[in-house]
Amino acid sequence: MTPQATGDTLRGAVSLRHLSKAFTLNGQPLPVLRNLSLDIRAGESLAIVGPSGCGKTTLLRMLAGLEAADSGQVVIDGRPVAGVGTERAVIYQEPRLLPWLTVLENVAFGLEVRGIARSVAQDRARRHIRLVGLSDFENAWPRQLSGGMAQRVGIARALTVQPEILLLDEPLGALDAMTKLTMQEELARIWREENVTMILVTHDLEEAIFLADRVLVLSADGTPPALIPVDLPRPRDRNGADFVRMRRMLMGRFGLH
Amino acid sequence: MTLQNLDTAPRRARGLPAPPIRAFLARYGLVIAFLALWQLSGTLGWISPAVLPPLDAILGALWTGIASGALVDDIAISLQRAGLAFAGAVALGVPLGLLMGQLRPVERALDPILQLFRQTSALALYPVFILLLGLGETSKVFVIFWATLFPTLLATIGGVKQVDRKLVEMAESYGAGRVQVFRRVILPASVPAIFVGLRLSATTALLLLIAAEMIGANKGIGFQVMNAQYNFQIPLMFAAILLMAGLGLAANAVLVLLQRRLCRWSLD
Repeated sequence: MTPQATGDTLRGAVSLRHLSKAFTLNGQPLPVLRNLSLDIRAGESLAIVGPSGCGKTTLLRMLAGLEAADSGQVVIDGRPVAGVGTERAVIYQEPRLLPWLTVLENVAFGLEVRGIARSVAQDRARRHIRLVGLSDFENAWPRQLSGGMAQRVGIARALTVQPEILLLDEPLGALDAMTKLTMQEELARIWREENVTMILVTHDLEEAIFLADRVLVLSADGTPPALIPVDLPRPRDRNGADFVRMRRMLMGRFGLH
Repeated sequence: MTLQNLDTAPRRARGLPAPPIRAFLARYGLVIAFLALWQLSGTLGWISPAVLPPLDAILGALWTGIASGALVDDIAISLQRAGLAFAGAVALGVPLGLLMGQLRPVERALDPILQLFRQTSALALYPVFILLLGLGETSKVFVIFWATLFPTLLATIGGVKQVDRKLVEMAESYGAGRVQVFRRVILPASVPAIFVGLRLSATTALLLLIAAEMIGANKGIGFQVMNAQYNFQIPLMFAAILLMAGLGLAANAVLVLLQRRLCRWSLD
């Protein structure tokens, strides 16, 4: 269990209340989320998995305020939210760095946009660049970074605005297998150190088990979503018997072996 | 004209530097060979020097023209015409392009008429401009401005429209408003495309400058090309042509330099 989850003073609790969303495809409404309700504790790590088309990315975009729900509410720390908010930060599959800014300027970008003076923003950015291990690359251009490094910069940029809630949309999906494992360890450490609520959309079931307190399984065929607790001690051992059993169970839900 | 033609800025060799002489020859060897062949064909009598004077005669005529001050006035008036027209085209084309690229209704409303104007040759409209604006400087500057406007305008519109929506969304998710998204994402992302337009416009300005001066001027480099030919001062004619080529190269070099300063992030 995470120590953060028990504290009442922690901010970053998220409630989904009767969320529904449908897209229109060839004139036909195509429901992707049906009346979804869920409470996410402050400081919890929740993974959302499911086949493509199940609405997991749509759900994350609604949490980010980048997309509106057809009905229902997203409530953060007791307040219903609409649109983007300073208490949330998004990390995308692509790092989405601004190519004309250096690493330092990219990481400070989120704060500067919020009206923080450049020198203050860059001081705070430096702390998070150190956290993701890129202090030697502060003045590098994004084009000079590897995929894993660029994604770390994106993570540092999100952390620099000190969000209560970190929304991750398949953040490691574009990385090679080795980098991906390293970055999973990194995310686990960052989540532990930064006391944030983490909501992670992934198609990698092992990643979900490795990082999450609970896994929300969405389906594309209208089956109701399932919420599966991951009661494994941290740091987690991918090869431990319980981990493997958990993975087998979760894969079984998708007909995989 | 293709965009590749414009991309002749000197580039530093990548990786291990080649020996300086070899690198220089690899880059400029053909130009040197061309100029040498030109000089030889005149001095060895392959082509009549009356038609194609050797280079030394052309450079001599150029030097005499500049030293005596005869060509200096022409250079000044030509630079003024092209410069005014180019400045006007940039001053209108870049802001209008930024606006049209972002606001779909404005673009939809303006696009058909701009396409109509663009497809109408500026030189065909020159008589119209002369009728409207008179035979003086105004009509000359205006016809150059007219042709020069479109490359910059269209490149700017294109640049704004191809800005990565994902970067805009990223900025918005951090709370950036319209002005901030424009200033911090759309504008910097469009700069490389705008420069492609500026370089095309500069080339167009010089092209139209010559045409306008050949048709209705009594001063200017374009006028000198025609005038020297009428008077059978062939070295002077080539000197004026050479001057134009030099102006074109210089304008391009200035823009490339400016682009390198503004877009260090996108190079190599």
